[in-house]
Amino acid sequence: MNAWLEKALSDVATDASALRTLFPGVGRRVGRGPSDVPGWTVDDVARVRLLQAAPSAAAEMPDLYRYGDAAEKRAVLRGLSVVDTGDAGLELVADALRTNDTRLVTAAMGEYGAAHLDDSAYRHGVLRCVFMGIPLAGIAGLDRRTDEELLRMMRSFAAERTAAGRDVPADLLPLLNEQDA
Amino acid sequence: MRIFDPHIHMSSRTTGDYAAMHAAGVRALVEPAFWLGQPRTSVGSFTDYFDALVGWEPFRASQFGIAHHCTIALNPKEANDPRCAPVLDLLPRYLEKDGVVAVGEIGYDSMTAEEDKAFAAQLALAIDHELPALVHTPHRDKAAGTERSIAVVRESGIAPERVVLDHLNEMTVAMVKDSGCWLGFSIYPDTKMDEERMVAILREYGTEKVLVNSAADWGKSDPLKTRLTGDAMLAAGFTDDDVDLVLWRNPVEFYGQSGRLSLEGEATEAEFAGNSILRGARK
Repeated sequence: MNAWLEKALSDVATDASALRTLFPGVGRRVGRGPSDVPGWTVDDVARVRLLQAAPSAAAEMPDLYRYGDAAEKRAVLRGLSVVDTGDAGLELVADALRTNDTRLVTAAMGEYGAAHLDDSAYRHGVLRCVFMGIPLAGIAGLDRRTDEELLRMMRSFAAERTAAGRDVPADLLPLLNEQDA
Repeated sequence: MRIFDPHIHMSSRTTGDYAAMHAAGVRALVEPAFWLGQPRTSVGSFTDYFDALVGWEPFRASQFGIAHHCTIALNPKEANDPRCAPVLDLLPRYLEKDGVVAVGEIGYDSMTAEEDKAFAAQLALAIDHELPALVHTPHRDKAAGTERSIAVVRESGIAPERVVLDHLNEMTVAMVKDSGCWLGFSIYPDTKMDEERMVAILREYGTEKVLVNSAADWGKSDPLKTRLTGDAMLAAGFTDDDVDLVLWRNPVEFYGQSGRLSLEGEATEAEFAGNSILRGARK
């Protein structure tokens, strides 16, 4: 393992507040390329490991998100799926879903969002992704949370696109056809 | 002529300025955190500003082929406001970010006790975060302020070659040269320093450890003053290599001490947080 990361993991295990200054520089130390985890970068993986190693990471995560750049915010959102924050992470997910940054919107619709967002917020999150051209494959929970109302919203979106002479995202079609069958 | 403007406040400038700078040869710049004209009244307005310096502004610059880095600090003027001073506690988070290549602008405005405290504390942060420091020298009582700044730098224990004292003039250049710190000059339309005076100083003191900037901001200033200084140097008989040293290699060497300068032509992202500034480009 990267020697810097090894030291950082032991530092945050002793004192979670070390996250405040270790989190920003992770990309410089471990790189930013793709990792073994689908859709995650190497720095995503390293930052989430730091969160897991810190004894009270949940208390640090809101400020890590607030003062983080896009890469740090994305890692905090990914970390929500592995660090127990109860419902406290919903505020961060809601913030990310208000942004126009596809990286953050995608991360907000991960396992934590799928487990904690209420029905309306989850549906609008999915619609937002479709609207922004984010592949459905990156959204968690579709198999269990797709309901009739979400399908209605998707059909309406598809109809609007078709009426405007624009393409409907290809990954949306199987979802709509499945319902028609 | 390739140009690195080591001190310019792009948040106050237009996209037209970015285009004109690129056409004049500017390929890299550093935007120091400073006063905005309108006083801030809370820590939150500092952090929103810092977020722009590491987020939106580098994106905007990249659209015009210019590498943007910044320096982060509580500036001397606002260090006097007790509503602003607590931002010092948040600086360690920002001083670790990728695009941050120095602590600055720090130093003196009116040489108060509060400024003393913020100046010393931020030189200590520069040492902790292994960053160089950009020191603003005061507009009023400049010679005394510069002398005192050199003393504070010496006491802090930071290596002088990791510090630049900026906005120098004929009165202050010799003492800074003797201190071992870098020498910064802001070329302004009427005030601080002009191209011809700059050329005279380069003749007398040499090109070593000299940084020339436009310090362009929301006041009367000109983002092309770096280029005009290069032209004035050539007209006065300096070589292309002298100009390249002053306008490119010197700032690269100074800020390169941070280990975070990134000047390779990276592929620029078309959008920042979903927004493009090239209106009409999206379908």
